[in-house]
Parts: sequence; C-alpha cells; structure tokens
Amino acid sequence: MSPDDSTPRSLFDKVWDAHQVKAETAETPGVLYIDLHLIHEVTSPQAFSALAARGLKVRRPDRTLATIDHSTPTLDFKAGEAPPYATRAAQLQVERLEVNAASNSIPLHGWGSEYRGVVHVMGPELGATQPGMTVVCGDSHTATHGAFGALAFGIGTTEVGHVLASQCLLQRKPKSLRVTVNGRPGRGVSAKDIVLAIIARLGIDGGTGSVIEYAGEAIEALDMEGRMTVCNMSIEAGARAGMIAPDETTFAWLKGRKLAPKGAAWDEAVTRWSQLASDPGARFDREIEMDASEIAPMVTWGTAPDTGISIGGHVPDARSASHQKALDYMQFEAGQPIAGTKVNQVFIGSCTNSRITDLRQAAEIMRGRQVAPGVRALVVPGSVQVRQQAEAEGLDQIFVAAGAQWRQPGCSMCIAMNGDRGEAGELVVSTSNRNFEGRQGPGARTVLASPATAAAAAVTGLITDPRSLMEPAHV
Amino acid sequence: MSDNPASLAHLHSRTFLLPQEDIDTDQIIPARFLTTTTQDGLGKLAFHDWRYDEDGKARDDCALNTLDTGEFAILVAGRNFGCGSSREHAPWALHDFGVRAVISSEIADIFRSNAAKNNIVPILAPPHSHAWLLEHEGVEVKIDLERQYVDLGNGPGFHFEIEPFAKHCLIEGTDPLGFLLSHSDDITAYEACSA
Ligand code: SF4
Repeated sequence: MSPDDSTPRSLFDKVWDAHQVKAETAETPGVLYIDLHLIHEVTSPQAFSALAARGLKVRRPDRTLATIDHSTPTLDFKAGEAPPYATRAAQLQVERLEVNAASNSIPLHGWGSEYRGVVHVMGPELGATQPGMTVVCGDSHTATHGAFGALAFGIGTTEVGHVLASQCLLQRKPKSLRVTVNGRPGRGVSAKDIVLAIIARLGIDGGTGSVIEYAGEAIEALDMEGRMTVCNMSIEAGARAGMIAPDETTFAWLKGRKLAPKGAAWDEAVTRWSQLASDPGARFDREIEMDASEIAPMVTWGTAPDTGISIGGHVPDARSASHQKALDYMQFEAGQPIAGTKVNQVFIGSCTNSRITDLRQAAEIMRGRQVAPGVRALVVPGSVQVRQQAEAEGLDQIFVAAGAQWRQPGCSMCIAMNGDRGEAGELVVSTSNRNFEGRQGPGARTVLASPATAAAAAVTGLITDPRSLMEPAHV
Repeated sequence: MSDNPASLAHLHSRTFLLPQEDIDTDQIIPARFLTTTTQDGLGKLAFHDWRYDEDGKARDDCALNTLDTGEFAILVAGRNFGCGSSREHAPWALHDFGVRAVISSEIADIFRSNAAKNNIVPILAPPHSHAWLLEHEGVEVKIDLERQYVDLGNGPGFHFEIEPFAKHCLIEGTDPLGFLLSHSDDITAYEACSA
C-alpha cells in the first residue's frame, strides 16, 4: 500500500515507507529494514547466544556498530593495566562483547578507541547516524538519534537477535504525535528544560504507542546537541521515538564526520535528506503546542521523569497514593519551594547531557567558583571525543579547579552499574534522564536538571536557579 | 486449541497485586544486576529492592517473599506498568519468578512487546475491571487468549486487545525469528535495490 505522490506525508511516514521490506497485514506485522544497529555490552550477550544456539550468522556486521559504556569504570588507569571494573561480572560482560564483536567481524569502539563513548553519543559523533535512516539499539534512549531525522528506537534483546540475524524487525506502524514548541526560550533555559516541560505536559505515558515529531521555532533554533537532548527523553513520555526534521544545522554538524558521505556522495545525500521534512498538510494522530517563552529552568520533584516543575515552583500536593509514595521517597513536603533543597551529589553526564555544549554550559557556571563543602560533583564526558574537545578548551581545568571530578567517558551515575552511584538518602542533582527509585543507587534520591542547574547546585550545595549565577554579559 | 505444551491459550490462576502506578523496570530488576550474560535464574532478583533490605536479608513485611506463584501467576499492577528501560531482563525476571500474565490499565510499549516474546501475556483492562481487580486481591481469573477474554467470575469480565501475531506466537509457540527469516529473499531484494 504505497500512498500516491500527492498525499502529504510526515517525516516519520517517509522514513517508515522507505524501509518496508514487507507491508503489515491484519495477521502479521510488517518487515522493517534497519540501516544501523548499535550494540553495547548489557543487552547483547543473550542475543549472540541465541544466534549461536541456532547456528545463525550476523547478516550485516557492516551495519552493526558496538561500544562499551554501561558497565565500564570511569576512573583513570594506566596503559597496559586492567580497567578498574567495579565487579567481576562487569568485566566478564565487557569481555563477552569483545569476543562476540571479534568473532562476528563487528566494529567495536572498545578500550583504546578514540571513539569509545556512550552509545548514543558515539553514533552521531562518528557520522554513523544519518538523516532518513532506521536506527535501533537494545536501549530505550535510542530515540536520541532521531535528532538527525532518523527513525530510531529501543528494542529488547530478543529483537537485538532478530536484527543481528536478519537486519530487520517485525513492526506495526506506531501512531504519530507532533509537539510544536513556538517562540524562543528565555536566558538560561536549555534543551533539557524544554524537554522536561514537554514530558511534564504529556505525562509519563502520554506518548505511549507514538512516534513524536518535535517542531516549531524553539526546536529549529536548537543546536544538534540540544536536539539530541530533546529526542533522547522521548521514551520518558512513553514514546517509541522522537524525530526532528533535518536542516542546515544538521548537515553542517554531520559534514566531514568519519562515516558521513564524502564528495559527490555528500551532495547527493544532502539533496535526498532535504526532502525528508514533513510536507505541509501532513497528518498526525495527535498534536500539541507549547510556548517556549513560558518555560523556566526545570527540576523534578518525584520518582518519574514527568514530575518536572519550574525551579521557582513549589512541590505539588500528592494527587494519588503513588505521588505520596514519591514524596516520601524524595523526602519532600508538598508545598515546599524546591529551590534551596540541600544537595549531596551532582552528576553531569549521560546520553542526555554529556556533549560538548552541555559541558560548556556547566563550566560557565563553575568557572572561578568552588564546589560547596560536602558536595561531590562528577563530570563524565559522553565520549573520548567529547573529553578531548573539552580538554582542548580547558573545561577540565575549570571543573578540577572548582573541586569536581573529571572522569573518563561512560554511562556512570546515570544507571549506577559501574560503581559510580549515590548512597541511600543522598540527594543527587543529575543531568541524566531517569529519577526512578534506586536508579542511581539503592535509596538515592534523584532530581533531574540541566547542566547549568546541576552546576549551580554543585557550587551552592543547594537546588539553585542557574540564572542567578550567570554573568550579566550573558543577559 | 494448540498442541504446544507451553501454550498460554488458556490460563487459570489467581492474582497478586502491585497497585502502585508507573512501576518502572528499575523496580522490576535494578540496573546493577544487568551485568549478567545469561537470562536464567533472574526470578530471585525480581523486585529485589522491595524484597530485600540493604544487607540482602528478605524483608518480613514484603508479601512477594512468601508468594506462591504456582497458585498466583497473574500480576495485577497499577497503571503504566513496565515503563522505563528496554531491558528484557524485566520479563525474564518476572517469568522466572512465576508470572504468566500482567493485567493493568496501561502497560509501557517496549515492556509489552518484550513480555509477549517471553511467554507473559500482557493484558490491558478497561478502567472498571482494573479497579475491580485492584479491590479483589487473590481472585481466580480465567484468561482465554484465543477468545481474548478475561473471566473474573463475579467480577466484570472483559475482552482485551492483543496484536494478532503476538497472540499467534503465544498460543502456538511460533518463533518470530523463524518467521522473519522466511523473508530472506525479500530482504536480499530490498538490500539490492536500496544499496
Ligand atoms: S547514559 Fe544512561 S540512559 Fe544513556 S545509554 Fe547510558 S545508561 Fe542508558
């Protein structure tokens, strides 16, 4: 069933249609071709075992790309020494991926690669993620890659096996939802604040079953790092994926990257990519609009990512038993101002906010200031590339001089699998994407925020509006 | 009817409740246990941080620790069960714990897809049936997957939706990968014209 040329199509429709190996029927899902399959150590070992048990080979190792990020230590270690893994299991898991990648000829950016990084930082950085592609990974934040106008979504390990074996997935077409953010945000309001506001509006399950297209002036004005931050958190509203139409900002960011097309192929690709934007009149199953000028720096008060409130706001009354449980876990009182809450740890990192522009925003606040006594601040770049760039700009010096720890790349405290974590009862202001109970360590309390807000928390020891620490020159 | 011994065509069991909303995958199995490279034996880690204290001792006040899932294999959960990560460790842990069906008024997408691939029937209940189930812990429930009907005895039974292919696989034990691989020629043809 291919729509005729006159039917206006959305960005999502166009990418979906172009990847149909077999259309869906009433009885069976369609077969969707996958252009890029990203894998990491946590969700792949059982998939490789399943393939081996059936004597199957990886169909397209050239469309598969691996890295190690979740279980890897972020502490320094000397060349020739073993990485300081938190547990033996973590080490075995990484070694398993090294073996699986080598025996299946899959390129792996492991220890020693200058492209090693959090999987959703690495893909775009290499230029592996390109507009119009289908991208999957056994990881729910795969939507990050939608910032380039790719259809990118997370899959389970069984499906990782399906893609390894067939380069395809069985899929039914999700619904579509367009989120239009009009206007421009004020000073000190970042992409993270915009997406926390969107999720607060949609609710944690408001996007269930849908692919979101983010549009509008505020989205178009974002740089690629900001667009990745927005798309990254689509899953926190339950959405399968988030996408943004590729434009000059996208092309300029991709040009010259290692795996991006070169020469005549580049020009041809840009022509093709320029056709991807939603046609005027394209239909969406649902649409919402927001006004960027009404968004302030956001922080979460609860144990789900949709509990964002403006930093000048008050913790709301519990609307349900689950809300009350969240308030109790977070040790917040309904009605208290959220600013001024005492902070124990600050984490700046994760596939949401560990790119160079994120680190610049944090450094701007930390420059010439000190991390407050009793607060531990961790700055974890998203990849070796980001780390090198930050060091070239002297950002590491700013963090270290302030008393923060400058770490090696990885997921780190976002998921607390590698030994980096919050302790029970500690309040962690985190630039990551999930504030679920125990996500950053058993009993740890997570407040999600932007890099600037996290840096402001680090230097004041309190949840603080970052705008109060910004130079007047930046007004 | 299916000849498949593992078929979930008909499931009779009693319910246990986890009424909290938005139970996320970090509650179902905390991330720090994801360093495993197999999928076996994860049942002991299901809901770990609810079931065990800081020293790893089973909490007396957690009903999950004494639950006999041989008799209570149907989990009735608060709205939006399984939100969060794509980790298939969540249904692996639940299945190994003994769960064969999850009923809620909303179940997160990726979890729903992962559950069906691991012999757990994900069932969306209409609000009044869901509310009734939350008020009647331990009731005997009959799930007829072929007819897509849940019989609640005295309670408000209901029809439920399930993706037809997922239903087929659950009943017949069909392997989706085999189905996918039967399209190898189509895939090769697609690759040839999009290369
Ligand atoms: S940084 Fe966090 S959310 Fe991103 S891939 Fe790693 S663990 Fe997942």
